[in-house]
Amino acid sequence: MFNQRNNGEGFNALAYLLFNFILILTLILCVCVGSVNIPFTETASVIWKALTRQAVESSSYTAIILSVRLPRVLCVALTGAALSISGAAMQGLLKNPLADGSTLGVSSGASLGAVLAIAFGITIPSLPFSGTMVMAIAFAFGSLLIILSLAYKLDYSLATNTIILIGVIFSMFMSSIISLVTTFAGEKVKNITFWTMGSLAGSDYNNAILLAAALLIFGTVIACHARELNAFAIGEDNARHIGVNVKRVRLTILICVSALIGVCVSIGGTIGFVGLVTPHIVRMIFGPNHKRLLPASSFCGATFLMLADLIARTLLNPLELPIGVVTSFVGALLFIYIFYQSRRGQG
Amino acid sequence: MTLLDINGLSVRYGDKTIVDRVSFTVDEGQWLMIIGPNGAGKSTIVNAISQGADYTGTIRYLGQDVKKYKPVDLAKQIGILAQNHHVGYSFTVAEVVRLGRYSHAPGIFAKKSNDEERLVEEALEITGLTPIVNQSVLTLSGGELQRTFLAQLFAQNPKVLILDEPTNHLDLVYQKQVFALVNEWLKGEGRAVISVVHDLSLAKAYGTSALLLNRGKTVSFGDMDSVFSQGNLESAYSMDVYAWMREMLSQWT
Repeated sequence: MFNQRNNGEGFNALAYLLFNFILILTLILCVCVGSVNIPFTETASVIWKALTRQAVESSSYTAIILSVRLPRVLCVALTGAALSISGAAMQGLLKNPLADGSTLGVSSGASLGAVLAIAFGITIPSLPFSGTMVMAIAFAFGSLLIILSLAYKLDYSLATNTIILIGVIFSMFMSSIISLVTTFAGEKVKNITFWTMGSLAGSDYNNAILLAAALLIFGTVIACHARELNAFAIGEDNARHIGVNVKRVRLTILICVSALIGVCVSIGGTIGFVGLVTPHIVRMIFGPNHKRLLPASSFCGATFLMLADLIARTLLNPLELPIGVVTSFVGALLFIYIFYQSRRGQG
Repeated sequence: MTLLDINGLSVRYGDKTIVDRVSFTVDEGQWLMIIGPNGAGKSTIVNAISQGADYTGTIRYLGQDVKKYKPVDLAKQIGILAQNHHVGYSFTVAEVVRLGRYSHAPGIFAKKSNDEERLVEEALEITGLTPIVNQSVLTLSGGELQRTFLAQLFAQNPKVLILDEPTNHLDLVYQKQVFALVNEWLKGEGRAVISVVHDLSLAKAYGTSALLLNRGKTVSFGDMDSVFSQGNLESAYSMDVYAWMREMLSQWT
């Protein structure tokens, strides 16, 4: 089913159907399970009725499903998809399996923006979303501009190694400023600490719409560059030799990735490991071709983050764990296991 | 007809001049051999032609400055085989070779025609890669990897081939095959080849013109006999090249 077609490119329709089926099944499961368990069929029925605009009986279940869990699970799924497609794109573009929004420095830049907004109580009354979001997106773009300008100043070519090196240094610098701001944040320390660990609790439909729009626009642009990303993953020189406009493609991908990460960080905080580990796992299963890697990473990232969020909500119920703790814990173990298995297979 | 016209090409990295006002032309049907000792600037010239290095001077293809070409249009005309290949991920041989067709169908909605697949299969076949078409490039030997990128170049089907040490990692059988293959390819209409080579015997056997460089400067450019004169080679390599070659050859008699 997942076999490449004769021309060795993307998935066939059946594979996409299966991906969607698993995604929807996981989504309904995550809405069912919580401090109050709701029957699977009832959950599916309420969601279906709400989707098709049929009258839904008002019960406590309905309120839990439609007002609390569904928007949260939707946001979690979209965040997982966005972070994973971003990670896959970065790892291909920079031909570096360790590249990710965090390696580039965009995540930490976005975090600083959000932390400043929390610490200083920055809100923008005329905008529907809070100051945290606007600040995170603005800082993500700002970080990108600073990193790219510095990289260009250094070697005039935006070489991938230079970008990663500057990204790591920039991340450290941002982290130190975040620590400084946190030290002087007084009573807001708890809010900042919890936010930096990542949480999607309390997400609403507005957040979901924003995430979906970002994923639709920037995710589509990234997906349209699958062949160019293949060329970059083979080598930047080779990409140029076969006719890829390397500077334009690199800039386009970097802008899309920073926009996606900015939106995700503003809504869910810094959720580590998803963008790094999901493309890795997907690459081990489906191979490195971005025509398969990008869509599969989105689906798997969404599913993985929904399950991680489920664990975060239910493991120590009623206490809720930060989702970033779960993703890092599960992701690291899963990664080591798959990496070990694949190496043994090769040996 | 002149295909490539390079005039006053200079490349500097910081204060260091790597290529210093080098000029040469390549006509249709010619195989230009770029020779010279290590550090002569041979690969840097290739890099400049592929727009991978900043340079001064002009590089014209069919009379038009290559900087004015879109990258996809330039790739249809000039194809480059790099000296070294470091692939990061486990792409299959077929996936790498198929990317050679990028410049011919760059649109995202471009459908693959049978013709496209045929060119890819032909490229795989003439480079002897058909049996390992689905193998990961990470598991290939140096020679197989070199042939994979050579196949990508044939799939790209440009008018000018620029080969930076094409026999790198290749054993004698494939060295002979690659040179015979390129020689055959050159017979097509409107084609030319430039190759950077260290093996002067190979250069002498297949070249129709040559450019001899030393420390970024042109020592000699022109037909094979004039460039390969004893004096030119001795001045570039600082040794009696003719005597060395004869000594090597005497081992086989």
